[in-house]
Amino acid sequence: MSKTIAITVNGEAREIAPGESLAALLRAIGLDTRKVAVERNEEIVPRSTYPTVALAAGDRLEIVHFIGGG
Amino acid sequence: MDGTPAAMGDDSWEVAGRRFRSRLIVGTGRYKSLEETAAAIAASGAEIVTVAVRRVNLSDPNAPMLQDFVSPKDYTYLPNTAGCHTANEAVRTLRLAREAGGWNLVKLEVLGPPPYLYPDMEGTLEAAKALISDGFEVMVYCADDPVAAKKLEDLGCVAIMPLGAPIGSGLGLTNPFMIRSIKQNAKVPVLVDAGIGTASDAAKAMELGCDAVLLNSAIAHAKDPVRMAVAMKAAVEAGRDAFLAGRMPWNYQADASSPMTGLIR
Repeated sequence: MSKTIAITVNGEAREIAPGESLAALLRAIGLDTRKVAVERNEEIVPRSTYPTVALAAGDRLEIVHFIGGG
Repeated sequence: MDGTPAAMGDDSWEVAGRRFRSRLIVGTGRYKSLEETAAAIAASGAEIVTVAVRRVNLSDPNAPMLQDFVSPKDYTYLPNTAGCHTANEAVRTLRLAREAGGWNLVKLEVLGPPPYLYPDMEGTLEAAKALISDGFEVMVYCADDPVAAKKLEDLGCVAIMPLGAPIGSGLGLTNPFMIRSIKQNAKVPVLVDAGIGTASDAAKAMELGCDAVLLNSAIAHAKDPVRMAVAMKAAVEAGRDAFLAGRMPWNYQADASSPMTGLIR
């Protein structure tokens, strides 16, 4: 059994520990969860569920924030 | 003596149950720095600012964020769907924005291809329908087309925002008659969004009776953005006052302002 699983974060391939939570991933990246939003396989992940969402192989995440725009 | 309503500050307007005094909405893009963004927006007097939703830079998670300079506590954030060319992209983007910010007042734009980025009304109508049924309050960027504008209003959009000219073009109001027609037909606020190049364009939009003006590049790409922000604030107020005052009739001959009697001989 593989020690890691492959997911895609903002279009980039990433290896994580099996069953790693979304909260742990965001912490590892170094993001302030209060300022971002996450979509997992095109579904919004409510912020309150980050600690309990276990990531799975093949997950495609989009992590976004607000930037300047017109 | 009575002051003019706009100058007296009792001429507020309402969108989706929220009341605002400033009739200028500004974008937060295309500035040289976040410091300049903050200074220009403060000078504009705007209470609503548009913001874009983009992927975070995973390699630089601690980069300064817009929120640190233009706080959502001080301004109403209006998330946009800039760059979205399909209804699905726009809906996904605004669902993310709602999760990031916790509010449902949004600016929808579904754009056609370059070089004009003209609103794609088929995609816009599809996205508006999906967003409204999902509980969003949609201010919608649209073509200067009274039929499409009415369809968007009938769907439940809370503001109709026809373009003055293509995004970032600075060409001003290329079709003032249609803007005026859309305003006359609408029961929800009508804003000119996109195309404003300089202060007189913003004043003209307000003189047509629009409820507010939305612009970004006209300030951000001015040589002195803070000063242009001051000019835009004044122009929107002047245009609003001129509209409320009611302009004099057009008269295709002279009508002397000074008495024609008592002249020296």
